Amino acid sequence: MYSEEEENIYDSEDETSSQEYEVSVEFEITGSEDEAKFKFTFEVLSTDQVMQTMNQTINEVYEIVKIPPTLLRILLNHFNWDLAKFYDRYYCGDQRSLFEDAHMVNSLETLRPSLNGTNERPSIEECEICFLGFPSNIMTGLECSHRFCQECWKEYLTSKIMHDGMSQKISCQASECDILVDYQTVMNLIEEEKVKQRYRQLIINSYVAYKDKLRWCPFPDCNNVIRVQRVESQPVTCNCSHTFCFGCGESCHEPVKCDLLRKWKKKCSDDSETYNWLKINTKECPKCFSLIEKNGGCNHMICSNPNCQTHFCWICLGPWESHKDYYKCNQFKEEDSAALDDQEKSKAALNKYFFYSVRYMNHLQSQKLEKKLNDTVETKIKEMNKLKVSWVDTKKLRHCLYILCQCRQTLMYSYAFAYYLKKNNQCIIFEENQRDLETATENISEYLERELSVEENRAKLNMVKDIANYCENRREKLIEHVNEGYARELWEFDEWASESRIDSFDSLIRKSALRFDSRRRITVLLTPTPFSGIEESKESKNRKNRKNRKNRRIERIERIEESKESEESKIGRRFIRESNR
Amino acid sequence: MLPRRIVKETRRLMQEPVPGISAVPDEDNARYFHVILAGPADSPFEGGVFNLELFLPESYPMSAPKVRFITKIYHPNIDKLGRICMDILMDKWSPALQIRTILLSIQSLLSSPNPDDPLAPDVAQTWKENRSEAFRIAREWTLKYA
Repeated sequence: MYSEEEENIYDSEDETSSQEYEVSVEFEITGSEDEAKFKFTFEVLSTDQVMQTMNQTINEVYEIVKIPPTLLRILLNHFNWDLAKFYDRYYCGDQRSLFEDAHMVNSLETLRPSLNGTNERPSIEECEICFLGFPSNIMTGLECSHRFCQECWKEYLTSKIMHDGMSQKISCQASECDILVDYQTVMNLIEEEKVKQRYRQLIINSYVAYKDKLRWCPFPDCNNVIRVQRVESQPVTCNCSHTFCFGCGESCHEPVKCDLLRKWKKKCSDDSETYNWLKINTKECPKCFSLIEKNGGCNHMICSNPNCQTHFCWICLGPWESHKDYYKCNQFKEEDSAALDDQEKSKAALNKYFFYSVRYMNHLQSQKLEKKLNDTVETKIKEMNKLKVSWVDTKKLRHCLYILCQCRQTLMYSYAFAYYLKKNNQCIIFEENQRDLETATENISEYLERELSVEENRAKLNMVKDIANYCENRREKLIEHVNEGYARELWEFDEWASESRIDSFDSLIRKSALRFDSRRRITVLLTPTPFSGIEESKESKNRKNRKNRKNRRIERIERIEESKESEESKIGRRFIRESNR
Repeated sequence: MLPRRIVKETRRLMQEPVPGISAVPDEDNARYFHVILAGPADSPFEGGVFNLELFLPESYPMSAPKVRFITKIYHPNIDKLGRICMDILMDKWSPALQIRTILLSIQSLLSSPNPDDPLAPDVAQTWKENRSEAFRIAREWTLKYA
């Protein structure tokens, strides 16, 4: 599963270097890494700029094919804004079917009939929707010639935009007519600024969703988009000063890679009530991974994500088109359930998970507490300034705090990484590095929290700064080593790193949790990590559909026992937290 | 205030009734219709008289009416509660469709069920694997309930 990402990071020319690593490992690896760092650039765009880029693309294509821009927008959207694909199809394929597939009237063949009133039409036409008669100039429609009154159009478009969140895929109002409404028509018909604004926003959303090189800044209320030259899991910083990983949108999570982190987070959030609810009541769309709640009707599902709209079967999550022998979905296959039940194995696996999760949670909790520490240090700095300690010296303390945060974050994610890691020599080196970093981090943390007094002299502060620098150095070394391991494919991952096993592993935990004494109930101190799966569509687009149908069925069977089991998992969670303390 | 469209549509339904279909608005609620549907000829539902309820939501005609069979019926696209699985009632709804067209579509759904897109999987399975048995039960239910 790493090969895909690796290819992205160490592209084409680096391949040679990774092949020849045996000759001069150090040089080649650092060389390729520097190169990668050098190459990875990004820029921050406002929503207006995204709209401009979009229009620019349309104009460029317009210069070549001379199709009206408003129709080009539909066409390009049909090709997910992949110009190469569009040109290929436009110049090489059958143009008639191209327009048909894009749900458009062929603008090259038909001249736009004068829809807004001709001599042939009766002077008063009846609108099929509101049943009122209108003079011809009030009636309007698309190239498909279905005409309705402007009021009905307005109401229809407003409802589609505001209620269904649709933008580029709104079709004609007539029954069974799939011709799409173009941008200009919407803008002409809609008067309300709020609706127009929302329509523009939706168009930008779908554009950003299709473009791999664009990603919304995930910070609340930030409307900026990050554009990169090449998609990589690299940290990017938005104008709002939020830094995140471009690959997945999470905060920077070196050394662990995006997909392992996603699995780890899913695993950790397994305990939360939200997650339990989601697990019982929802399934992921097999294509865009949006969570879907089934609120009735048959098993023929259509994903309501406007950018996805996949047809699939609710039972097996397979595509609906090829789904004629649906009733096989109701049959439970015996061999699927045989996989589990090795008690010994489960116990060992569970212990391993506890080990890593306790440490991960520990750092997560410490990170949360650092806000408090930050305040304490700031107060002390103020006092020190009063005591004429120089600004330069107190600045060192802030620097230490910054490093502490960084190190905590890296350490936290390093446990997620380590959980999936198989033991080998490199793994031992990694653990050594991790231990060094942890010791150094705890040193600064301890100093800042307890020993720091307002009467520090310069020598002492310098010493602290040195410890912090050492810490930062250890952090860099750890990440360097992990990256080197990725480049040389030294890391081996345990079998449960593959997603298909994860679900069954979760159930192992729940089963094993039964064995813990239920009297050990203590108050829950940690807030469960919020579930972030819903926003993951972008990353998931890049992933192959690895969902294992077998596991889905097992999950369904398990759900019957869910109420009982969720109680058990709570007990398991309390156990984790107790050990954490 | 009842929208003009509903008033007109109701009036037309009364003035030009469709053969085999009757839809009468409730005395207290003009958005609620009592529907009677005759089982189409050459189908196992022939001779049956089916009661349905139809409700026009606030957003009608921008969203589809809610339709449900009250009479018990053995059909792969209609479940135990009488809910109907039909594309034009869901994603294929168009404001240009009417009560009349919906009811006609339901009538034709009775003539030609679609067991590949089932709402009642057990019925659909029988329908696919043992057509004559399915027809027999459907007729039996029609005689008994409709």
